[in-house]
Amino acid sequence: MTTPARTPGAVPRQDTGTDPARSAAPVVSLRGASVRIGGRTLWSDVGLDVGAGQFVAILGPNGVGKSTLLKVLLGVLPPASGEVRVLGTAPGRAGQRVGYLPQRRSFDPSLRMRGLDIVRLGWDGDRWGLPLPWSAGRRDAGRRIAEVVELVGASGYAHRPIGRLSGGEQQRLLIAQALVRRPELLLLDEPLDSLDLPNQAAVAALVGRICREEGVTVMMVAHDVNPILSRLDRVVYLAEGGAVTGPPERVITAETLSRLYGTPIEVLRTSDGRLVVVGQPEAPARHTDRHTAGGRP
Amino acid sequence: MTAVTALADASAGWSWNPVDDLRQMWAYPFMVNAFRAGTITAVASAVMGWFMVLRRQSFAGHTLAVVGFPGAAGAVLAGASAACGYFVFCVAAALVIAAVPRTGRDAGAQEAALTGTVQAFLLACGFLFTALYKGLLGGVTSMLFGSFLGITTGQVRVLLAVAAAVLVALAALGRPLLFASVDPDVAAARGVPVRLLSTGFLVLLGAAAAEASQITGTLLVFALLVMPAATAQTLTARPVRSLALSVAIAVAVTWLGLTTAYYSDYPLGFFVTTYAFAAYVLARLARLAAGRLPRRALLPAAGAA
Repeated sequence: MTTPARTPGAVPRQDTGTDPARSAAPVVSLRGASVRIGGRTLWSDVGLDVGAGQFVAILGPNGVGKSTLLKVLLGVLPPASGEVRVLGTAPGRAGQRVGYLPQRRSFDPSLRMRGLDIVRLGWDGDRWGLPLPWSAGRRDAGRRIAEVVELVGASGYAHRPIGRLSGGEQQRLLIAQALVRRPELLLLDEPLDSLDLPNQAAVAALVGRICREEGVTVMMVAHDVNPILSRLDRVVYLAEGGAVTGPPERVITAETLSRLYGTPIEVLRTSDGRLVVVGQPEAPARHTDRHTAGGRP
Repeated sequence: MTAVTALADASAGWSWNPVDDLRQMWAYPFMVNAFRAGTITAVASAVMGWFMVLRRQSFAGHTLAVVGFPGAAGAVLAGASAACGYFVFCVAAALVIAAVPRTGRDAGAQEAALTGTVQAFLLACGFLFTALYKGLLGGVTSMLFGSFLGITTGQVRVLLAVAAAVLVALAALGRPLLFASVDPDVAAARGVPVRLLSTGFLVLLGAAAAEASQITGTLLVFALLVMPAATAQTLTARPVRSLALSVAIAVAVTWLGLTTAYYSDYPLGFFVTTYAFAAYVLARLARLAAGRLPRRALLPAAGAA
């Protein structure tokens, strides 16, 4: 199930931008990509290279198409133009080498499936036919599921019905589900959304640890960059006209964002190092509200 | 009808010895056929019902069964067998429901409104068919509320063939169907054909509902389609265990219902439904009792910020 080509840690953990001289093949690359939904162009001319083992945040105001970018990478939505490559093939072809956590979904409290069963679906839920009860694969499955549940720290509650677990617990199990097949690329859509602050910090730490220790490339759509800021290798800031990518300290600046959006934008840094972006087009109030009301002084 | 006289003769013979009672019932071919048909139907319905409850598509299942009524009545009116009418109409209705375009989060509500509309119209059609076909008066009750009399060996064979086909198909589709039911977004990202599976599931559900209709009647199909599955899911959250339990409960209530109906003057549909209901109530009570045990408080994480 592991791919020999994967060499965690072989790529220097620094931003290389869109440098064509980069030695290792990028895990994700976009060239002049654009996407249209219902006749409206969400973003266009986006170029991006993500190297192996990087932790990348996808940022931008509401409705700019951050989740859509993940859908393009998954091959669920074709790009309107440009070239998109994921793990060296067309999007959607990489199969189990890509793990995906969709935008916040909570399970119905009445759903009678254990957390373990949800993780198990990530292991073999896409296979046809019945598993043979005496096969060796069954033991492997049990071992890998226990391992990944342990990795996300969910061993204490994974046997309970998923609908009865808290948001943070469900999120950990869903990350386990996305990880169970040892993907090389993990696409996470706002995994911290609707979690309380301690859980945001804990899940962010978990994702950072997975990225570093398991060598998984992580692309995370985030509403608030702060919980993951210290762990990020680079950010992708999306706008209608395109995107800027680079290390957070270079991208999340008043100068870069003002140029990207063509309108004056301020980036404030609080005394504890949190970044607050003020004046973004499209629902800026909500964006900043959510961050500044976060409770930390 | 010979079955009815045989039933009258046998009514006095309840002996509290299950082996003797079964032997006495099975002395009559019509009862053997009733047990065969009941068991086949119970197994198919329990498995399909388990997925239906998990997918929260009970309303669609009910509609498919109700559509069987005009199907059966229309088939009889046209001179064909009622069984044929059940299967054709139920499966056709499944395809119609599956063809409704579904977009966005409100898909369920949209589907429910359309389903309800079609259901009411077809029920009315069935009523018309029975009115046009003069000699069907007793038949209406058994179509709506079930009967175990006069099931022929040929009918049993058809039930078996359909049930086997449904179970084989489900064995092949089972895991991706489960994935698509519980977690459609991730399943789709993994290349599971979610939409196609949904259509396939409805067709299989139509076949199962047509089977159940022939035992419990179109209005009481939930006795085998929902109740055993809901009971099993209440008792355990482990998929395999809960599926097996669902089958066991469905077969048990069918056998108990057939036995009670044989030894009493009251209809089968009532007994099967009542036993299934009792099992469900007991399961809920057991869950409630288990829930009283001390447990860590589970607070929703939302809304803290």
